[in-house]
Amino acid sequence: MHTLISLTAPAVLPAVDPVVAAPEWSGGQAAVWLVALPLLSAAVLLLLGRRADRWGHWLGVLASAGAFVVGVVLLLAVLGQPAGQRVHDVHLATWLDAGALSIDAGLRVDPLSLTFVLLVTFVGTLIHVYSVAYMEHDAARRRFFAYLNLFVAAMLLLVLADSYVLLFVGWEGVGLASYLLIGFWNHHTPYAVAAKKAFVANRIGDVGLLVAMGLLFATFGSLDFATVEAGAVSGDVSQGTLTAIGLMLLLAACGKSAQFPLQSWLGDAMAGPTPVSALIHAATMVTAGVYLIIRSGAVFTAAPTAQLVVAIVGAITLLFGAIVGCAKDDIKKALAASTMSQIGYMVLAAGLGPIGYAFAIFHLVTHGFFKAGMFLGAGSVMHGMDDQVDMRRFGGLGRYMKITYFTFMAGWLAILGIPPFAGFFSKDKIIEAAFVPVDGQPWRAWVFGGVALVGAGITAFYMSRLFFMTFEGQKRWSRKKDGSEQHPHESPALMTWPMIVLAVGSVGLGWVLSSVGFVEWLEPSVGHAEHGEPVLAVPVLIGLTLVAVALGLVLAWRHYAVSTVPVTPPLGTVVTRAARVDLYQDAVNDALLVAPGQYLTRSLVYGDKAVVDGAVTGVARATVGVGDVVRRVQNGFARSYAAVMVVGVVALAVVVLAVRG
Amino acid sequence: MSGFTAPEIAWGPMVPVLVVLLAAVVGVLVEAFVPAARRRTVQLVLTLASLAGALLAVAALWSGVERTGGTDVLGGSLVVDGPTLVLQATIALLALLSTLIFADRVAGGEDAFAPSAAAVPGSDYEELARSKGLRQTEVFPLLLFATGGMMIFPATTDLLTLFVALEVLSLPLYLLSGMGRRRRLLSQEASMKYFLLGAFISAVMLFGIGLLYGYAGSLRYADIAAATATPNGLEGLLVVGALLLLAGLFFKVGAVPFHMWTPDVYQGAPTPVTAFMAACTKVAAFGALLRVVYGMLPGMAWDLEVVLWVVAILTMVVGTVAALVQTDVKRLLAYSSIAHAGFVLTGVVALDDSGITAVLFYLLAYGAATVGAFGLVSLVREQGTGGDEAPAVLGEATRLPQWAGLGRSHPVVAVTFTLFLLSFAGIPLTAGFVGKFAVFSAAVEGGAWQLALVGVLASAAAAFFYVRIIVLMFFTESHDATDAGHAEVSSLASGTTAGAADGADPVRVPVAVATAEAERTTRTVVVGGEGLTVVAVAVCAAITVVLGVAPSPVLDAIASVGVLLP
Repeated sequence: MHTLISLTAPAVLPAVDPVVAAPEWSGGQAAVWLVALPLLSAAVLLLLGRRADRWGHWLGVLASAGAFVVGVVLLLAVLGQPAGQRVHDVHLATWLDAGALSIDAGLRVDPLSLTFVLLVTFVGTLIHVYSVAYMEHDAARRRFFAYLNLFVAAMLLLVLADSYVLLFVGWEGVGLASYLLIGFWNHHTPYAVAAKKAFVANRIGDVGLLVAMGLLFATFGSLDFATVEAGAVSGDVSQGTLTAIGLMLLLAACGKSAQFPLQSWLGDAMAGPTPVSALIHAATMVTAGVYLIIRSGAVFTAAPTAQLVVAIVGAITLLFGAIVGCAKDDIKKALAASTMSQIGYMVLAAGLGPIGYAFAIFHLVTHGFFKAGMFLGAGSVMHGMDDQVDMRRFGGLGRYMKITYFTFMAGWLAILGIPPFAGFFSKDKIIEAAFVPVDGQPWRAWVFGGVALVGAGITAFYMSRLFFMTFEGQKRWSRKKDGSEQHPHESPALMTWPMIVLAVGSVGLGWVLSSVGFVEWLEPSVGHAEHGEPVLAVPVLIGLTLVAVALGLVLAWRHYAVSTVPVTPPLGTVVTRAARVDLYQDAVNDALLVAPGQYLTRSLVYGDKAVVDGAVTGVARATVGVGDVVRRVQNGFARSYAAVMVVGVVALAVVVLAVRG
Repeated sequence: MSGFTAPEIAWGPMVPVLVVLLAAVVGVLVEAFVPAARRRTVQLVLTLASLAGALLAVAALWSGVERTGGTDVLGGSLVVDGPTLVLQATIALLALLSTLIFADRVAGGEDAFAPSAAAVPGSDYEELARSKGLRQTEVFPLLLFATGGMMIFPATTDLLTLFVALEVLSLPLYLLSGMGRRRRLLSQEASMKYFLLGAFISAVMLFGIGLLYGYAGSLRYADIAAATATPNGLEGLLVVGALLLLAGLFFKVGAVPFHMWTPDVYQGAPTPVTAFMAACTKVAAFGALLRVVYGMLPGMAWDLEVVLWVVAILTMVVGTVAALVQTDVKRLLAYSSIAHAGFVLTGVVALDDSGITAVLFYLLAYGAATVGAFGLVSLVREQGTGGDEAPAVLGEATRLPQWAGLGRSHPVVAVTFTLFLLSFAGIPLTAGFVGKFAVFSAAVEGGAWQLALVGVLASAAAAFFYVRIIVLMFFTESHDATDAGHAEVSSLASGTTAGAADGADPVRVPVAVATAEAERTTRTVVVGGEGLTVVAVAVCAAITVVLGVAPSPVLDAIASVGVLLP
């Protein structure tokens, strides 16, 4: 494999010549190992079968940890270079080359991809370690680790790809791994159904990505980031085309990141094992949509309409997730709603343009830590409570599970944005950026800023509700499945240590990253943004946010810590009931997408059945309805097949003659 | 009067075709002169050797063609250029793999073909032939004849040769379709339908050829193309003639609305035959279509584009939608092959050189996955569970519910089948993805981006039913066929012979037979056979993966010779 290094200019600066020859940079070879290590491990685990059962999980941990070490080495190598030269496109091989159609496989190592690499491998390794204990009693633990490794490899490929084609490979790869992991316990039918739902929603997103790729190829003649960036800033491409590309990319992002209107699968995806929820559905895969939007920043910058839609989608999802989160009693589903809402913040930030890109990534990283930590905490609670997930059946657990309690508390305070926890540094920046008027349009500042502010208050309410219902208040425990008393206990060290490490991140990461200049570090990738002035003074904004958070917190304290929480959910208001069923999202999906599709297939099946039954019982003559057409046509008679062909020829002849005019 | 002058014949470029056809003739003699006990071995060796020989001959011709661009022999009856070689190699390779599936036998020495094809189904004579262990080794020469026809079909630039090649490739297929060992009436029904409709469309095509001759006064593609350049007031003949000719080719590729035979025939024919014709016929017919559209009709591209567009869109949509509701694996694969015909057509519409390369590559990718998938179908069998007799391996378990849980009981089979399905669905890192990408981008380059869009949407929808099978195999518990009960079995069996749709028709016999056959309770097993099918499937899987991961060498090779001679 030969390595050819090319340097590209930073994203939003006009790229004069995207392929400047640069001195040999050995990082390219190393970057390959990031993907190869977990991929090889997954292959070994799957191919060796039961022979690897005894040690397979440790191989999985090792592969993930190895990738992290490679990531750190790469980080040091990139840090050793001046800021202007930190974007490396590493050419690996020519995958397809036929005439005008040429696709190179290459990796892009730059601050943005490295940030993701480190997040994925670090959090991923912790979750691998956690899973060793969590999945201990599962007969298929080796397979589980194979899938986890597969996921890590695919995710790294997604973020390291230097073209949309290779990104798409990783995109499908994480989709597949996610599908396999959600349905891992597929002996339960609902879990298999959930896996299917996630798959379908993702496919809709994939169509968006495919169409976007088609448009990009038709417009720029190439699918690598460098060419697309250079083309988008050149101003040669019409606004309409760029807007269409942007909207299609947004559709892809919505599918992957569970954004409105494709968000419904995330809650159901919680059927998978909890470490999966932590890794895939909180820290990494669901943020791939945010990555895609920011990676395509040049396109969105050149298409303000698409960018505005991104911000609107983010704002809607942010509120949607927060409202749904208030009504969920299932601890994992509440966390899932919160993930949806937090990613809404990131998408909102990404929709604000270059000013928001860095903060979106910043929040993505801190969120990766505190949300993964809380999911692991939820897993620990379930572990101690006989797989109970109903928060109305928790209560007072803080006294029994000290480590889980404190680590969860760190995550809770971080997501609330209480200074100096991590979320304060990232989320407040997004709220602040949302209050900056874009293109001199103050209404946008007020709307988006207002939504972000209100969202922070609601977030404080439902996360506090979750925390209090689980760890504070009286015990409301049910009996175990075998009828014995619950004996909540702390989880083993292999589970608690990852939680502790993530909790440390939840506490200090925000401060650390903002003091080492994380935003400036990302600049070579996402571009530099001038600091805009918010419509309200910054201290006022911080104050308002904290007031909103405090209000939410106090409200939750009064309802769920001080007063008695009923074991059976009360009827609730109209809003609560709507929120419990995801604001009727499934019903809307059913009415708009599923029902017509099912009606169509049912009619066809009906037609088919009518044919089939008719043959046996002789009542096929009675068949009426839509299926009739199908039945009449594909009825098994050679004579009618011939007739169809004749009609076909005649029809084609008519068409041709008509066109000839 | 001058004496007869023997034409100059360049034998060299004809070797690939000649090897196959000669071997077929020898195969017929083998039937006559070799003792029955050794016939199968001799036939098998002869068939494999001749197909391998054809591949070698293509390889030997390659560098010459790459240098010179190709030659035409026999006054244009046969054009040996780059696409011809690629298509002949593809056909020979796929036929070789199909031969392995043809020859495979389960324990007890039963292959997929009737012990005596002439015996009346259910008769004493049939039972006698079965118990004596008779075999129809004629299937091998028949396969070679068909292969020979297929290798000429895309290589000719002469309408008469085109027609003869069509018949040479079709007649053996009609016969082979009717030779199933199991569900014989279904098989014979398929054969009959295929024959009737094939004869019908042959007549249509011949009529078209006649009209084209009437227009141009020549049967050579190049002459007709030249004639289209100068208007002579007979354009009506040209348009209708071209349309009828295309109808014939559309029939062979299984494009809508000429596709209706496909599901019935693919399902009824013995699975090895289905594998062979689904892969090789489509390759040959698309090759011929390419040559006709690019070589004969570019002068009227504007008129025919609308036909190609309409047919391509219809084919993709109908193939995909109909596949969604199928409950039989073979029928489902048949509809999927229809949808694939639509995808290839988008590449044909591109009308430029990248379109040729893309179509040729797609055909190879599709053919490998098809042979592999049908090969696997031939291994998944029903096994009797009832009674105290030793459980016998019965026919193929083609009902989809019977495939449930295969991922648990036979993971290797399920994973391999999944690979082929993913290739059909066009998931990256499989050959199918590269093929789809190539045809769609060729279509976009050729200005047919709307067609490519329909194609992308159709393949997204198609992914549903491929994934449905994957889900079925891996995530659904296999429920014992016992509780599937009589009703379901019989209704499905009769669904396959939907000829009885109106109830009043006395086409009931196959229903009764099939029902009786399936009445015994069965479970699904995978048979290893003699390992021949396993080898074929493994090769197909390897091709699918290699072409998906590193397609460049093959794409380069095809592109380097991907120019049609006029």
